[in-house]
Amino acid sequence: MEVTLNVRRFNPEAENPESRFQEYNLEVEDYFTVLDALIKVREEVDGSLALRCSCRASICGSCSMRVNGHAKLVCKTKVRDVTNAENEVTVEPMGNLPVVKDLVTDMKPFWDRVRAVKPYLQPEGEEPEAEYLAPNDTMLHLAGVMSCIMCGACVSDCTAIEVDQRFLGPAALAKAYRFVGDPRDDADKSRLQMYSEPGGIWDCTRCMECVEVCPKGVAPMDRIMGLRDMAIEAGFSNNNGARHTEAFVDLVKHSGRLDELKLPLKTYSPFDIRAMMGLSLVGLRAFLRGKTPPIIHKAIPGKDKVRRLFDKVEGK
Amino acid sequence: MPFAVEDEIIRHDAVVLGGGLAGMRAALEAARCGADVAVVSKVYPTRSHSVAAQGGINAALGEDDSWTSHAFDTVKGSDYLADQDAASILCREAPEDILELEHMGVIFNRREDGKLAQRPFGGAGFPRTCFVADITGHVILHVIWEQSIRDSVATYDEWFAVSLIVEDGRCRGLVAIDMRTGRLHTFEAKAVILATGGLGRVYEPSTNGLICTGDGMALAYRAGAALMDMEFTQFHPTTLFPSGVLITEGARGEGGHLLNSLGERFMSDYAPERLELASRDVVSRAEQVEIDSGRGVNGCVMLDLRHLGRDLIRTKLNQIHELARDLAGVDLITETVPIRPGMHYQMGGVKTDVDGRSTIPGLYAAGECACVSVHGANRLGGNSLLETVVFGRRAGRAAAQEAEHEHFVNLTPAVARDEADRIDALLSRSDRGIRAAALRKELGVTMQQHAGIFRDASGLSAGIDLLHDLKDRYQAVSIQDHGSVFNTDLVSALELGNMLDLAEVMVTSSLERRESRGAHARRDYPERDDESWLKHTIAYHTPDGPSLEYGPVRITEWQPQVRSY
Repeated sequence: MEVTLNVRRFNPEAENPESRFQEYNLEVEDYFTVLDALIKVREEVDGSLALRCSCRASICGSCSMRVNGHAKLVCKTKVRDVTNAENEVTVEPMGNLPVVKDLVTDMKPFWDRVRAVKPYLQPEGEEPEAEYLAPNDTMLHLAGVMSCIMCGACVSDCTAIEVDQRFLGPAALAKAYRFVGDPRDDADKSRLQMYSEPGGIWDCTRCMECVEVCPKGVAPMDRIMGLRDMAIEAGFSNNNGARHTEAFVDLVKHSGRLDELKLPLKTYSPFDIRAMMGLSLVGLRAFLRGKTPPIIHKAIPGKDKVRRLFDKVEGK
Repeated sequence: MPFAVEDEIIRHDAVVLGGGLAGMRAALEAARCGADVAVVSKVYPTRSHSVAAQGGINAALGEDDSWTSHAFDTVKGSDYLADQDAASILCREAPEDILELEHMGVIFNRREDGKLAQRPFGGAGFPRTCFVADITGHVILHVIWEQSIRDSVATYDEWFAVSLIVEDGRCRGLVAIDMRTGRLHTFEAKAVILATGGLGRVYEPSTNGLICTGDGMALAYRAGAALMDMEFTQFHPTTLFPSGVLITEGARGEGGHLLNSLGERFMSDYAPERLELASRDVVSRAEQVEIDSGRGVNGCVMLDLRHLGRDLIRTKLNQIHELARDLAGVDLITETVPIRPGMHYQMGGVKTDVDGRSTIPGLYAAGECACVSVHGANRLGGNSLLETVVFGRRAGRAAAQEAEHEHFVNLTPAVARDEADRIDALLSRSDRGIRAAALRKELGVTMQQHAGIFRDASGLSAGIDLLHDLKDRYQAVSIQDHGSVFNTDLVSALELGNMLDLAEVMVTSSLERRESRGAHARRDYPERDDESWLKHTIAYHTPDGPSLEYGPVRITEWQPQVRSY
């Protein structure tokens, strides 16, 4: 099969370094992965093309790139599955990370985030003489998270990091979950407190991109939601994220639908001057566009049913 | 000017080359012994190929099991070429190292009672392979890396080593390219530990990652260190067609069958007792005989896991379930998958003692790049991860202790300047010459055809001629990338140089060993010959190629017997 690879190139040593697309037409076998095709380019067409790769088996995490705009592990991606009707495919470096050269990104911001969650077991007290006894189900559950190969695909396509580089991001927080969920780790409290701070679990916008692009089924967003539950349960609810969640639940439970005027007031402290000023501006803009929520909030007709649903879910 | 030399010398008590399991374990131990240690690796540590080890790690933990039984299985598996004192250390220290890994955070699968589960593996008389589903190497490497973050071990990621520095008969450091800048740096160290893993890419196909190019072995060899038993190359019985990607031995450990084109479980003809769980050399040869006798399926035999059921496959063999789907388009729950034997592991390597000391003072080696020797002529599955942690730890400790008594000698960047000249010469050639990739493919095919599962004198001799021709043409290899930032074109040319040197040692050693032992199967000498060949091959570099010597095998407990499974 003859395909066209549109590869975004960047040479930092060029006189005017700027990225550009380069087209490579080449013959590929039916079983070729995008990585196979890129290697064929590098070996037979253009030796200056830079990319990272090693295992070819979706386990070393080297070869994350954007294919047709979304992060993929290219050793796991068959060419025939991503070409368009004209047999073209576009390959670019990962997003949200600086580009070193061609398809090679600077992974330092990625590793810095992982380091920031204290990614190592913190047991307390004396080690047992033999192994720690642990239920197999717990270990199997953690294996799902530990399947993370640190490829960076989730960070590449994270819409929250895109607007705020301080966000710890999906990979690091999935890693964090692995320790909170590990019965041998005794630092749950301090971890959950740390992860609840700005830049942590409450900065996820739940856009699902990380779940979509993760090549190993780690589902980072689900882990972040798990951490939120555990953080609130552990009492770390004195922050905007936790208050927002709790207010949301209370308001819907109360009247069967969201009271959009009360939600921000319950989320932010009235003494949070900056938040209040920001809210006033949003309120003003909403008013000017005729989008102010009704001043008098009305419950929906079936609100009792909704309450019963809540009670059922909450096990009351 | 590209590839400029950095004048400032980087000094650490110990420098570990390689960020896989052996290297990271060595670095961790050296750090815990108080040494200032740094890891230099051509990839970020978690990309190292230890991450691809699937099936497990052995230790005699069971009440009815014993380390002596483990050691006997290891020695028998090695076809009696392992040094028995080393094999005993490996197996005696295994339980403690496994428990240490568990305490560090490895999420080993458990039994009902919460203790570590163990699965059966090839060539083992007892189910003694601890595992994390089929991602054991991945989890252990990530956990050791976590520990290195905890202990603030310095790492130089994506630095490619080009030369060891040996002065006055002692290894004093190394020269490495920082791939981000292209600058050449001189590392001065009181001890250098090589942990660069295997050389699988010498063959095509191979289960090994593209980074497995034997760099450390080649650096040591050119620096004058002895390589040992390089003729012993393991072919894994279950690799995917055509990529050569690994399907874990755990698939057979959990009960998988091998079938020929007639649907027969042919292993009953070759290993009536252990069947699919005979040692790897035995199973791979059996598969090759079936294929060569016309009972294969397009050059493969079939691996059948269907009877294991969905639940077992999804929980314990999930990675290979996905790999078979992604790379071969096969669903292991409902279909059989074509597999064939493929290059997997190099038993030989840098000759060391049981504390990782090579024949050059100050230079250590551990893991696949070393030859202690615990695997002899054939390694048992589950023993390589074990080797990395046991001998990585021992080498790290010995190096840290040696560093306490050594002094820096204030190296100059002279060696780095020589290397910069060598690289400049490479880069200044026409970029229309021979591509390294083309030569590497020829190398892979040559090795597969002439030094594959079955060997003979005429094939090996022809192989040597072909290698010499490749080495000649390598002198004219050209680099198309003239930049200094992340120049993978240059790195792959340098890697090819390493592989060519090692291939020559492998084929020369194979030609000389006129017997069949373990993974070294000579059609013209089909029997094991203890009288003449119960000895290690020791190879040294000379300008005219490898010069071979032979050394004794240390036999402490188990006299060689007929080996059958």
